[in-house]
Amino acid sequence: MLGLSKKDTTFLLIVIFLTLATPILLQPFPENSALAQFNAGYPDLMQRFAIFGIFAIGFNILFGLTGYLSFGHAAFLGVGSYSVVWMYKLLSYNVLPGLILAVIVSGLFALLIGYISLRRSGIYFSILTLAFAQMSFNLAYSVLTPLTNGETGLQVYTDDPQVLVSEGSPLSPHFFGIVMNESAKIDVGGWQFTFSNGYYFCAIIAILVFYLSMRIFRSPFGVMLRAIKTNQTRMNYTGLNPRPYTLAAFVISGMYAGLAGALLAAMDPLAGAERMQWTASGEVVLMTILGGAGTLMGPVLGAGFIKYFENIFSKINDNILHTWFSALPDGLEDAVVFVLHPFIGKGWHLTLGLLFMLVVIFLPGGLMEGGTRIWNAITGKNRKKKQDADHHPKPSAHVN
Amino acid sequence: MDAIILQILNGLDKGSAYALIALGLTLIFGTLGVVNFAHGALFMLGAFCAVTLQRILSLSFTVEDPTQKDFLGNPLKVDTPYVVNWFGDVTGNAILDWSVPLAILFAIPVMLLVGYVMERGLIKHFYKRPHADQILVTFGLAIVIQEIVKYFYGANPIPTPAPDMFRGSVDFGVMVGFAENQIIYPYWRLVYFLFSAVIIGAVFAFLRFTTFGMVVRAGMADRETVGLLGINIDKRFTIMFGIAAAVAGLAGVMYAPINSPNYHMGMDFLVLSFVVVVVGGMGSLPGAVLAGFLLGILESFASMNEVKSIIPGIDQIIIYLVAIIILLTRPRGLMGRRGVMEE
Repeated sequence: MLGLSKKDTTFLLIVIFLTLATPILLQPFPENSALAQFNAGYPDLMQRFAIFGIFAIGFNILFGLTGYLSFGHAAFLGVGSYSVVWMYKLLSYNVLPGLILAVIVSGLFALLIGYISLRRSGIYFSILTLAFAQMSFNLAYSVLTPLTNGETGLQVYTDDPQVLVSEGSPLSPHFFGIVMNESAKIDVGGWQFTFSNGYYFCAIIAILVFYLSMRIFRSPFGVMLRAIKTNQTRMNYTGLNPRPYTLAAFVISGMYAGLAGALLAAMDPLAGAERMQWTASGEVVLMTILGGAGTLMGPVLGAGFIKYFENIFSKINDNILHTWFSALPDGLEDAVVFVLHPFIGKGWHLTLGLLFMLVVIFLPGGLMEGGTRIWNAITGKNRKKKQDADHHPKPSAHVN
Repeated sequence: MDAIILQILNGLDKGSAYALIALGLTLIFGTLGVVNFAHGALFMLGAFCAVTLQRILSLSFTVEDPTQKDFLGNPLKVDTPYVVNWFGDVTGNAILDWSVPLAILFAIPVMLLVGYVMERGLIKHFYKRPHADQILVTFGLAIVIQEIVKYFYGANPIPTPAPDMFRGSVDFGVMVGFAENQIIYPYWRLVYFLFSAVIIGAVFAFLRFTTFGMVVRAGMADRETVGLLGINIDKRFTIMFGIAAAVAGLAGVMYAPINSPNYHMGMDFLVLSFVVVVVGGMGSLPGAVLAGFLLGILESFASMNEVKSIIPGIDQIIIYLVAIIILLTRPRGLMGRRGVMEE
């Protein structure tokens, strides 16, 4: 179906089902129960799952397939956001023109940066992309203030032209009348499920771009990208020029990032320069690695994982810890809370950094590899004869 | 003319910091072949060594002075630092005042130890892994170090003053024969520049004139052969990692009075230092130093109002722009060696 093999179709259907059922699946604990704080089924968080999922899927097309480690993808995220807010300001709150413009602009931007950066590879490529992203960030903060509104961030003011706005059209982002921040709440027993327009809008786009990335992975083009990662020299000797392929991958992943940035602004009509800072680029690298670079599902999992823990960990405080460990003797309880204290609340970045190090050290394939290992251990598949190392060289990251 | 000299001077202190960090990065890269994204964090740790020593020295005990009353009529509480109590008024206060230079002595063993532990505990396992993995794991480590510092010292910058003696500014113009008040330059920045020149000189002398340095240089050129000669090159490289960490730490210690240390100062410097290393040429020590000063001075020229009025915003992007141009025209950097980091 849809040009996919039977296995992939099943996989895609599962992904579609999971994505659409997310508001229910992520709400496993009844309201008012002690575990309700682990629920993630509220629109704001789910939207971020979908949006950063898109961002990571795009980044994975570049990093996972070609092995080129870009440290400047946040620039495209920012460009996407700015395009959408400008469309709000000039036309109306309908998100469609903004999304289209964002993808086009970030694509062009990626073409420019990619054309220059891809002349070098390895760590030089990382530094070049980093330099471009930092340049964009600094410019957005200073000289480009008329375009970006500097530190305040770009937003819609009442005196903006908004030429397409007519009487009665919604005053917040909408898609032909479907207002993003409206949602339907349904109470079932102790559970409350929120079905938000914004989430479903993001989710449908996420499914579409996931399907697209699936097609890229399975296409001859995808194989070519993998060849670049595995052995660029051999590829050269077979008479193929790798650069157009890497540039195409770079532009595609830039467009994904632009789309993600656009959706961020579609959910919340604001765009700030801090979205372009290199820590934001680092974040998407984290997501992709954590989930498993080069796998289809990994980056999405990584994005969800990081965003979920960002929310949950930063909400836990000492009082909650005390209630958890209240069964322990008093002295021990205080000791446990004292030890855990630096890792929760504001300290969740520490947890993230540690987790990230552990993953890189022990599980370079990310969560996906971990899952596969566990699955193999259960089914006993790992007892299969190992592949001949000489004839199946391990793909190494291109940065060497 | 005086404006030009002033801008060069202004560029020197930032340039010194870039040069010192880039020197450490290059040492690590040249010896161990590791791309260390945690180097900025080491710089930051150095600055916090100064903060820590200052805090330790100003630990005080409180006594009630019955002869003086505060405005509520209670006996006045007087804080006396222990050092003042132990060494007497003059020496004690002098020690307090000179806490930043003293922190150099404190920082060297601390940073050597940090470097040693980092190399043995983590980096050692990443020699055979691709550079991407090295970047990622040290990036994670940088986040962890940063967050630990934030946990203990908070997120706000902590003012760490220089000794009283160096607090003012020097009329540098008079010293080189200009009119008075033309070139005013803070003392401490001059000290910082001289200090970094000494450190850079010391590192180069160490590599050039000692047997240890000779072996290390030989190891950088051909690790395998040096190993075959029966020399334990790994051990020496570990020590070099410690030295590189100490250099970054010292750069941080002395930088503390210029910019109050905060937990993310390392990250801010790291990105620029990497650009510096790449511009100078991966693996070239003189290149790193040269590029550090060059970019520091260029940055300060670009922030002149005359330049900014021609090309607005140039001061924000000049370093990156230069890096991009250099990387595209001279892929090996200014003084890069053949065969280092080439595909």
